This record gives sequence, structure tokens and C-alpha cells, in this order.
Amino acid sequence: MDILYKIFIDPFMQMGQAPDLLVQTLWEGLVAGVLYSLIALGFVLIFKASGVFNFAQGIMVVFAALTLVGLYALLGRWGLPAGHLTAFIALGLTIGVMFALAVAVERLILRPLVNQPDIILFMATFGLTYLLIGMGQIVFGGESKVMIAEELYLPRGAIDFKLAGGFVSLQKIDIAAAIIASVMVATLAIFFQRTRIGRALRAVADSHMAALSVGISLEQIWVVVWFAAGIVALTTGIMWGARSEVSFALEIIALKALPVLILGGFTSIPGAIVGGLIIGIGEKLGEFYWGPLLGSGIESWLAYVIALLFLLYRPQGLFGERIIERI
Amino acid sequence: MLYREAGQYKTSYAADEAVFALREDRIGLIVVLFVAFVVVPLTSHDFMLQAVLIPFLVFSLAAIGLNILTGYTGLISLGTGAFMGVGAYACYKLTTLFPSVNIIVWVIASGFFSAAVGVLFGLPSLRIKGFYLAVATLAAQFFLSWCFIRVPWLYNNNISGAIEVPTRTLFGVPVTGATATSLTRYFVVLTIVVAMTWFASNLVHGRIGRMWMAVRDMDLAAELIGIRLLPTKLLAFAISSFYCGVAGALMVFLWYGGAESAVFDVNQSFFILFMVIVGGLGSLTGSFFGAALIFILPIALRVVAPALGLPLHPSTVEQLQYVIVGALIIFFLIVEPNGLARLWQIGKQKLRVWPFPY
Repeated sequence: MDILYKIFIDPFMQMGQAPDLLVQTLWEGLVAGVLYSLIALGFVLIFKASGVFNFAQGIMVVFAALTLVGLYALLGRWGLPAGHLTAFIALGLTIGVMFALAVAVERLILRPLVNQPDIILFMATFGLTYLLIGMGQIVFGGESKVMIAEELYLPRGAIDFKLAGGFVSLQKIDIAAAIIASVMVATLAIFFQRTRIGRALRAVADSHMAALSVGISLEQIWVVVWFAAGIVALTTGIMWGARSEVSFALEIIALKALPVLILGGFTSIPGAIVGGLIIGIGEKLGEFYWGPLLGSGIESWLAYVIALLFLLYRPQGLFGERIIERI
Repeated sequence: MLYREAGQYKTSYAADEAVFALREDRIGLIVVLFVAFVVVPLTSHDFMLQAVLIPFLVFSLAAIGLNILTGYTGLISLGTGAFMGVGAYACYKLTTLFPSVNIIVWVIASGFFSAAVGVLFGLPSLRIKGFYLAVATLAAQFFLSWCFIRVPWLYNNNISGAIEVPTRTLFGVPVTGATATSLTRYFVVLTIVVAMTWFASNLVHGRIGRMWMAVRDMDLAAELIGIRLLPTKLLAFAISSFYCGVAGALMVFLWYGGAESAVFDVNQSFFILFMVIVGGLGSLTGSFFGAALIFILPIALRVVAPALGLPLHPSTVEQLQYVIVGALIIFFLIVEPNGLARLWQIGKQKLRVWPFPY
């Protein structure tokens, strides 16, 4: 009985007794969820348009952030004054690098492997992951770096306010992350729904063959998609880097984003957002209220178990397109 | 020239359906086994056995295990590392609880524990397919990794959190622990790997293997022709995990001599998956090729770079290793998506028709 009490009653009693802690935990879950959503968004973009399960999205986040910081340092060494202007030049150059990466990936990896089974393309992105890890370490060094958050006009510090006899503290950078993420998702949604390239993207996602036959250039679409995923990766890298620091340890957040993906469905942008929020909040609540029961560290697998339970109910994820099998 | 099937007539169905239908193939197999059992032990020194050949055999076994699941049954699994861990920890628990029982028995028995866990985590495979399943098996990976750290019972409440392999003997000769010679270990690993490869070969060439391949090619159609999906898929999970479990037990007991949970993390799973893909999906020979390429390549890089007189810092070598392994994976996928096993087949075909192109 004691264990049942600890599982089903005690955590809720704690929530009721200290609402400020509950709100704080919920907020932290929400922020973590936003960042998971952003990574998942990069995955979804590429999966939708090319059917490639892009394992390299996590390392692209690190690579983009490292390039930004590295270029800023390089520009500083060339005599440009440290400050906002240089930071934005570095940002522009990084976007250029991500575009070059998209073109290179399309030319060197996707084009030769067109029409191969999914698992082969999946493995190719694994190869890309290793390549980017190695190159990133050779070019930028393995040590962790500080994100140039202030130079990019990102706010710092925290807002505290009183709530039910306690304090809730919101980091300004987290609020900024949530706003930027929302803006980006909205932009992407408009881009997908309203522009010519967006329509072409959806056509490619439906069927490569049919898209080709109406004159859509697959090469162009893939470059656009990988570029968009690169921009999403850059944003994620800046946000995550501003919260902690830029290092290769960030790579593991890709693994964190996978349960988000299967929860929301590989093909759904809203799914990535909602999935990210569910996983982020579920994870933090579970860790905070139920974690002590099992010993700490359950964060590492709780997300997967949550996602697995949802999957058993809906095998294509919450918002994924229904998988119809024909013979 | 030497590799000709002309004049080799089959007079029975059994001969026609043999795995090694050609005399040359059979001779080749005998030569390989002779080299492995006689020539290598006579010529190799400790480093070669301990750091190259034993790990190669262990990884080959794990790759065969994953190949049964991914290559033959078409279920992508990213939980291989964890299943190897289950084998290793089960073997450790068993041999410390019952020290008098022969260690080989426990190495094999630990496979059954791994198989049971594999079946448990294989259950969702009936409903979840493709990459969704791959991510779902990551749940097994992370949950089991967590168990290896947080459940002190598994490592007998050691303060270090690592498992230390005790010395166990076989016919009076130590095979595990610090006193065992690498030659003894090599023979034990080699015997187990050869026996299990033979078993796997019979399995995949028989009725069960056909069922797996039917499920891989299209599970709906397989169901329609009367293959029951649940037992077939779960059997694949069980046997695959069995192989991975034995490989994990061998890895800790006969190679590392002690291990902590980090050995069985998600990178290990990816590593084995590389071997299977680069070697060739759905090929037992390919598993050996893949293990050789992916495992021996980094070692070769470490040896070759100084030999060429390149003054490389050790950390640079490690980074270069990442770049080269990544580039090679992409290169091999582009050149031959069906893996090294396919190249091997093409080579044999060329030999057969030589000097004509086809």
C-alpha cells in the first residue's frame, strides 16, 4: 500500500502544497519541450520532403553553433571590433555555411543514393554525423565555448515573481526562445502553405515520382529542405548554447528529440511541437515528483517510455499520416 | 580458372540445396577454419590475439545477431548494446552466484536471459514498424543502460559500479580472469563463434529463415500466406538477442575482463549497426566483413599514421578517425549499398566466368 501511496497520492499532495514549485517545474518542462520541438522540427522537415530519417540533425545543431562562435572569433582576430555588427556578420556567414552544407549533402550524399531503401539513407546520415563530428573537432577544437548571446541581442537574467507564497523565476532567454520558436514555426507554416516552393515541397513529400513528372526539381527541393533544417539547427544551437555552452555534449539532444518525433509522428510539424511540449513537461514532472522513487536519472528513458505508450495506441504517432498498407 | 563449377554434378536434392554447393567453396571454408584454428594460434602474438582477433570475433557474433533481426527479418533495432549488456550482467550474476558451474555453460545461458528481455521489448514490433520501431527499441537501450547503473544488485553492490570478471577454469585451464592466456581465450571465443555461426546458417537457410525473409519483404503478404507474424517476429527478437547476449558475455569475460555500464551504451548499438550495414544486410559472411572493416580500420589508422611519418597528435588521430570512418560509410553506401557481402558475390561471379566478362 505504501508504494501505491507514493506513486498515486504523494506526488499530487506535493503539487498541491507547493504550487510555486509546480509552476516552476512546468515552466522548465515547457522550455525544454520548446527546444526538443525545434530539433524535432528539423527532422520532420527533411523526413517530409525526402523520406530521409536524418540522424545528423543533432550534430548539425552543434556544428551550426560552433561555426557561429568560431567565425565570430575569427572576425575578431581579423580586426573587426567585437560587438553587435560583427556578431551579425558572423551570423550571416554561418547561414552561408549552412547553405553550403545543404548543397554538399545533396550533391555528395543524396544524389548518388537516390531511390535506395530508407535504411541505407539513414545510415548515410550516420556517416554524415561522424564526418561533422570529426571536422568540427579538427576545425574548432574539442573544448566547449561560450555562445555570443549578448552580441546577438539575446536577453539575460531572470524575472522573478511571487506566486502562492513562493517564488517563480523565469529566465529571459527561455522566454525569448519560446517566442523565436513560435515565430519560426509560423514562418515555416506560411512558407509551406503559401509559397510556390512550399507547394512543391508538399508534392515531393507525397510522391517523388509524381513530383518529378510535373517538372519539380528534386535537387532544388532537397537543397531548400536541408537549408531550412540547417537554419532550424542554427536557431536551436544559439538558444541551447545561450542556456548552457556550446560543446559536443549537445549532440545527445538529438537522441532526446527522437521520442518527440515518434510521439508527434515523423510527418507532422504540429506533431513535433505538441510532442515536444508533452515530452518536455512529462519528463520534468516525472523526474521531479516520481524520480526519487526509482533513483534519479530516469529522465534518460522516461521520454521513450511515454512515447512508446502513445505509439502502442497510435502506431503512426499522434499527428502522423495514417499508414495505409496495400499488397 | 581455379574456381569452376564445370563437372560438378549434383545427384541428390540435398547436394543441390547445400549451403556450400561448390567444391571450391567447401575447400575455401576448410582453409579458413584451418587458418583460424591452427595457423593463427601458431603465428600470432598476444597483442594480435587480444586486441584484434578476439574483439573481431566478438563483434562478428553481435553483428550476426543484429543481422538476424535487421537483415533477415527487416526489423531495425537500436538496442543491440543493451542486449549485449544483459548477457554480460546475467553471466556475471550467474557465475558469482554459482561459481562451481562451468563458465561456458553460463556464457550460453546468459544468452537466454538476453533473449527473454529481447522478446519483452520486441512485443511492440507487431504494431510499430520501420523507424518508429527503431526509436522504440531505443527505449530498451536507455532503460537497460539506466538499470546497469542504478540497480546495484546487478553488479553485486560494487562501489566502483563495474563488474570484475573472476577467474574460472575449464578442465583445469583458466579461461577467464587475469591468469587466462590470450591463446586459451581465443580458442574458446573462436569455438563458440564458429558453432553459433553454423547454427545461424542452418537457421536462416531453413524454414524459419524463409519465414523471416517473407516477413522482411512484406509482412502483410507473409501473413496472408499463412505465416503467423507474432511468433515469427518474436522468435527473431529472441534469437537475435540471444546472439547479442552471448556476444556481450564473451566481450566482458574473454576480452575486457571487466566492464562498466558505459560499454553498453547507445554508441555500441550504432557501432554494431554500422557493421551490419557495411557488411551487408541479410548475409552472415557480410557480418564478418563488416566487423572486420569497422573494427580493424580504426586500429589500422592508428598504426599506419605514425608509420607514414606523419607527426600526428593522438587527439588529431581520433578526430581524423571520425572523419575517415564517416566518409568511408558514405563511400561504401554509394558504391555498394548492399554491402561488402555483395562485392564478395560479384567477385566470385567474375571468377566463375573468367576470362569472359559474363
